[in-house]
Amino acid sequence: MGEIKTPEKLKPEAAEAAPPSLYADRQRVYPKAVFGKVRSVKWAVLILCLALYYLVPWLRWDRGPGMPDQAVLVDMTNARLFFLWIEIWPQEIYFLAGALILGAFALFAVSSLFGRLWCGFTCPQTVWTDLFMFVERWIEGDRNARMKLDAGPRNGAYWSRKVAKHGAWVLIAGATGGAWIMYFNDAPTITRQFFTGDAGAMVYFFFALFAGFTYLLAGWAREQVCVYMCPWPRFQAAMLDENSLVVTYRDWRGEPRGKAKADGVGDCVDCAACVHVCPTGIDIRDGQQLECIGCGLCIDACDSVMGKLGRPKGLVAFETLANLSASAAAAAALPPGPQRQQVGMDARRVPRFIRPRTIMYGAALSVVALVMLGAFLMRSTLDVTVLPDRAPLFVRLADGGIRNAYTVKIVNKTHDESPLSLRLEGPAGLRMVVQDVEAQGEGHYPLARRADGITQYRVFVTAPPMAQLAESTPITFRLLDDAGRLATSQSSAFLGPKP
Amino acid sequence: MPTKIEKDSLSGQNTTGHEWDGLKELNTPLPKWWLWTFYATIAFALVWVVIYPALPIPGATGTSGWIAREAVVRDVQQAEARMAPMMSRLRAATPQQIAADPELRAFAMAGGRGAFANNCASCHGAGGQGALGGFPSLADDEWIWGGSLEAIHHTITHGVRANESDDQRQSMMPRFLADGILTRPQVNDVAEHVLSLTNRATDQAAATRGAALFAENCVACHGEKGEGNRDLGAPRLNDQIWLYGADKASIVQSISNARAGVMPSWGKRLDPAIINMLTVYVHSLGGGE
Repeated sequence: MGEIKTPEKLKPEAAEAAPPSLYADRQRVYPKAVFGKVRSVKWAVLILCLALYYLVPWLRWDRGPGMPDQAVLVDMTNARLFFLWIEIWPQEIYFLAGALILGAFALFAVSSLFGRLWCGFTCPQTVWTDLFMFVERWIEGDRNARMKLDAGPRNGAYWSRKVAKHGAWVLIAGATGGAWIMYFNDAPTITRQFFTGDAGAMVYFFFALFAGFTYLLAGWAREQVCVYMCPWPRFQAAMLDENSLVVTYRDWRGEPRGKAKADGVGDCVDCAACVHVCPTGIDIRDGQQLECIGCGLCIDACDSVMGKLGRPKGLVAFETLANLSASAAAAAALPPGPQRQQVGMDARRVPRFIRPRTIMYGAALSVVALVMLGAFLMRSTLDVTVLPDRAPLFVRLADGGIRNAYTVKIVNKTHDESPLSLRLEGPAGLRMVVQDVEAQGEGHYPLARRADGITQYRVFVTAPPMAQLAESTPITFRLLDDAGRLATSQSSAFLGPKP
Repeated sequence: MPTKIEKDSLSGQNTTGHEWDGLKELNTPLPKWWLWTFYATIAFALVWVVIYPALPIPGATGTSGWIAREAVVRDVQQAEARMAPMMSRLRAATPQQIAADPELRAFAMAGGRGAFANNCASCHGAGGQGALGGFPSLADDEWIWGGSLEAIHHTITHGVRANESDDQRQSMMPRFLADGILTRPQVNDVAEHVLSLTNRATDQAAATRGAALFAENCVACHGEKGEGNRDLGAPRLNDQIWLYGADKASIVQSISNARAGVMPSWGKRLDPAIINMLTVYVHSLGGGE
């Protein structure tokens, strides 16, 4: 064996540096307050989302006596989901699955048209982080004041502000966890029980879970949830293309950067306003980045600077990458100045909203919506299920007759308790008896049904001796309402020995 | 091995300094708290091993002393405590009272179903359908010892010919051929007569001869027309239900060597409340009288 020679390029370099760390310290982000159109829209969306979340459990909806009067309620104890006039049973949970599929396709469609609208405006992580930042700014001051506070001495002013901020955060987090448990319990009752200590361990556990994670994720983790934890930024690239609206820096207009009064420079004065307002701490001028949640606050920041300088707004804007390249190509030959700006902006086209991707998402969305609507409209509020006994399949009686037993379940999703009349339809000679129910007239059994519940009966059907029946004879159970109309029916089989 | 920090020319990002056949890995550092969270989960696992029985060593129950088997015992005790008021009501009530009270009846049907599956289904079948060879069906309309609630309750409590209770269902059919009471041709004649009770005789002359023998030997228990006698546990012979088979060979075998099914006395084995539940459940299977 010869000596193993180390390849030249793997030999230690002369000027050795310490190896780069595979783990990074967190770079604190101090977003600056910003005012403008996008910020106003964001405030409106934030208020709407939070108002919905905190107030919906308090909406009342009269469902009659003995029923919860909360408009939106997940009743775990009785296994019911109440949504306004709709009451979903556990076996109909596919409506929930359908709503989630609908939500997913809506998200895909919106992303392919307008980019990261969900991330930037409506995602709970964004909304609560925004709210927590608002509180932080109110107590500790804006970006510079906060940076100074954190860099400064740990004195009384520092600690009083920190305690006030975290106290306010904990209160908001508590309200968030508190609102969550209201979706699963009657809101006024659970609020009273919560403060008297009667709410039960499960309620306190989920309160603490949601309150704790709200505080942790909106107060401490913030943009790191989007950058490191959330899977959505990873695969949403599959929904976006060059015709989706994204937050972009018009580099063809801004570059080269320079002082406002310098000659031969673009419109970007390198003031870093866009960087200072960014909630994830990135520079939009670096181009499309995974960290960009598309909130558009840099647009407001840049627009206000451009306004002060008397230059056209829109150096940072919601724009498609197709338009960005078109503008860049048109303006490339021209020197910085109003003419370059004009030529670049004129090269833009109305974004192609209709394209194979959006058509397919739209079609999928429509199909799921139609299926959901169809399923909902055809949803029955009265079901009868007939389960024939399997052991034994049939019983031979002393006189040679054959008897089958069935379990008939009446699933009543309404509050109508009027009895239904059970009738048997099948070959002549078959007789029906319902256990513990008195017949009214020939083969006519009035069956009571529980409101909003399942009532179960045991039914015997007997064929007389010497009846010439096949091994399996189709029969039908019909339930008629008190007006004699068919309410529902269920077919089954009458089984016997091989003839 | 310390390596030089390089910048990737395309992305401007640092590389880790590692290189494989000219490919360099970009350094995209994870946040430190992520690493610390990972260490925290390891620490949590170590604490868990100390507190809970996580090691496959007998007796290593962890400092909490939690044992799955004891948890099951606790759960069962809690369930029993929850059911105790209902069970004491079921114990005090008669089967008739239970059948008449919707609340007690619903409980008895559910409890009876479970008790039946545990104790009765191995012979009588999952739905009480019985089996050929001496395991009577409980779902049909014939009963050897009676199908009223009282009769069912008595049979379950005291059993049949098991010699476990003084009040057991007791009777004994003679072994007509084995004990020399009848000769083999006589047994054949009696069997033909029994078949004739359901119009299935193959030899009318033999059946007529058998009628006299039947009147002499069998009527006392099985009745003149073979209608049976529940006080004596003598099955009906003039219907379509045959405990040991309807064919002539089975009937000859029954006459020659007699049959005597056995059921244990459940009064010594089960809680009276459970026997009451079983009574109501069996009565509801389809044959209750």
